[in-house]
Amino acid sequence: MKIKALLLVVMSFCLVLSYAQHNHDHSHDHSGHSHDHSGHSHDHGDHAHGASATHAGGHHEANDYSRGDCGTPAKVIHHSEYDPSATAIHHVSDANVYTILEYTIPLPAIIYNKERGLEFFSTGKFHAGHHENGHYGYKDYVLYEGSIHRIACENFQPQEHFEVQGFDMQKVKDSKGKDIEKRYAIINGKGYVLEQRTIWDGGLLGGGMTSFYDLSITKNVVSMILVCLFLFFIFRKAAKAYAVRDGQAPSGIQSFLEPVFQFIRDDVAIPFIGDKHEKFLPLLMSIFFFILGLNLWGQVPFLGNVNVTGSLTVTMVLAILVFIITNINGKKDYWKHIFNMPGVPWFVKLILTPVELLGMFIKPLTLMLRLAGNITAGHIAILSFVGLIFIFGKSGQSMAGAGAGTAIAIPLTLFMMAIELIVAFVQAFVFTILTASYLGAAVEEHDDHH
Amino acid sequence: MITLAGFAPFQPTPGLALWSSIIFILFWWLMSKYAFGPIAKGISKRESDIKDALAEAESARAEMSKLKAENEQILAEAREERATMLKEAKDAKTSIIAEAKEKAKEEATRISTNAMREIENEKQAALVEVKNKVGIMATEIAEKIIKKQLSGQADHESFVSSLVNDIKLN
Repeated sequence: MKIKALLLVVMSFCLVLSYAQHNHDHSHDHSGHSHDHSGHSHDHGDHAHGASATHAGGHHEANDYSRGDCGTPAKVIHHSEYDPSATAIHHVSDANVYTILEYTIPLPAIIYNKERGLEFFSTGKFHAGHHENGHYGYKDYVLYEGSIHRIACENFQPQEHFEVQGFDMQKVKDSKGKDIEKRYAIINGKGYVLEQRTIWDGGLLGGGMTSFYDLSITKNVVSMILVCLFLFFIFRKAAKAYAVRDGQAPSGIQSFLEPVFQFIRDDVAIPFIGDKHEKFLPLLMSIFFFILGLNLWGQVPFLGNVNVTGSLTVTMVLAILVFIITNINGKKDYWKHIFNMPGVPWFVKLILTPVELLGMFIKPLTLMLRLAGNITAGHIAILSFVGLIFIFGKSGQSMAGAGAGTAIAIPLTLFMMAIELIVAFVQAFVFTILTASYLGAAVEEHDDHH
Repeated sequence: MITLAGFAPFQPTPGLALWSSIIFILFWWLMSKYAFGPIAKGISKRESDIKDALAEAESARAEMSKLKAENEQILAEAREERATMLKEAKDAKTSIIAEAKEKAKEEATRISTNAMREIENEKQAALVEVKNKVGIMATEIAEKIIKKQLSGQADHESFVSSLVNDIKLN
């Protein structure tokens, strides 16, 4: 048991480090990209946007989204160059519209705004086009890369309907020397600074508290609802079959779901939790099928490549839930093992208790990171391989290159998808089995002293 | 420095957190009430049914073997009984035969004794009769002698001998 806890600590550190490394690489990419970008904007300096020139000129006092850039003349520049990393990130992100193939389906937007309260509208008002950028704005909201942004300018009067000519993004440094993305909407030839929805990251992940909360039914929410409804429908059907075909051998959907159900029960719940498994079985089943369903949903290419289980928010919710359930079910022995490990000398306890206490939080943290990391990484890998087609094809200028890229990308993507299919099951299983082991440790009652 | 800036999938957003909590908790509740609960119950019921059926079959088999053993015992007992009966019958036969033989022997002995006694009796009777006859004859002879004048000793003797010859002792 202890060895496992230590292993988990080590594993989680490795995970954190690997993510750090991963993101470090990413940030390198980003900085490289931003260099390119700034070079780019230097080239187009004057007609691109006057605002950028000011920034390049060392306008550093601007904190996050300064309102000073509002209404400066700007022109729309079309970046024809294909940016693989931006495309990949855009495709694994949540969005306020659901794009399937060429069709962009509007979704309901629910915005909480400190000044105006709750606002409901359809994202169809934005008339999202290429890159899920809205052609029109509503009040002071615009749709940029699939997500709702608000114009953070006092001199901009909210309107029912206005045309958005385009968007632009600048990597700048804020007063603390931190890289931030400054996003602009270009309306009537003038650039207006945008602010993102509120992101609960304490400003660490490029977000922070802004003037509005986006509580919309996003692409991920729609996917969750659809997958949950589908799962409920098939399981309800199977459950009814148990009443109708009482005492008979399973048939149809029942015989498909039953082995999986029994697998989770006999190989996950019972070995880890023991006699009390019946209480937690529905939770474990829900976790397993929720994750599995969403993992698989996200892998169907024409369903919009949704990345629900790869978004940290969703895994965080699951992890927090597991954390709460584990700790409210914690028996005396569980707390004793954390704060006062029996049969261990006092000087070891000095080290062990903080480790155990940390472990209590690291456990759900690893659950959260592992699932999100694996699924997002898989999606990005597939997107990168698909991106080869565009890189080789020079964004559509070279048909031969695109052909060669396709020839390379198809086997690679096929291979990656096969791997991802396994990952979908493995990650759902791992999340479930670890949840079961945490619950098992919490409800375990033993009188042995080791 | 570790930075995930702008990596949208890893940005915790309140909207998604809110909806995913609501959806997952609802999913959990609905599934445990309407799907996983009944399924778990159904599966465990079937399992217990199968277990019961197996136990029943096992007990039936035990019962069967018990019955078989009983039958065998009964059969063995019957066989033994038959053997005893046969033996008894045989013994009875032997004893009956022996008895009969004994009885026959006894009877034969009795009969022969009786016969002997009869013979003896007859013999005695005959002897008595002979004696009587002899007496009568002697008397007759004497009578005849007396009646006849006997001339001499020789005549006497021849006469007596002729008389004696006349007496035929059967």
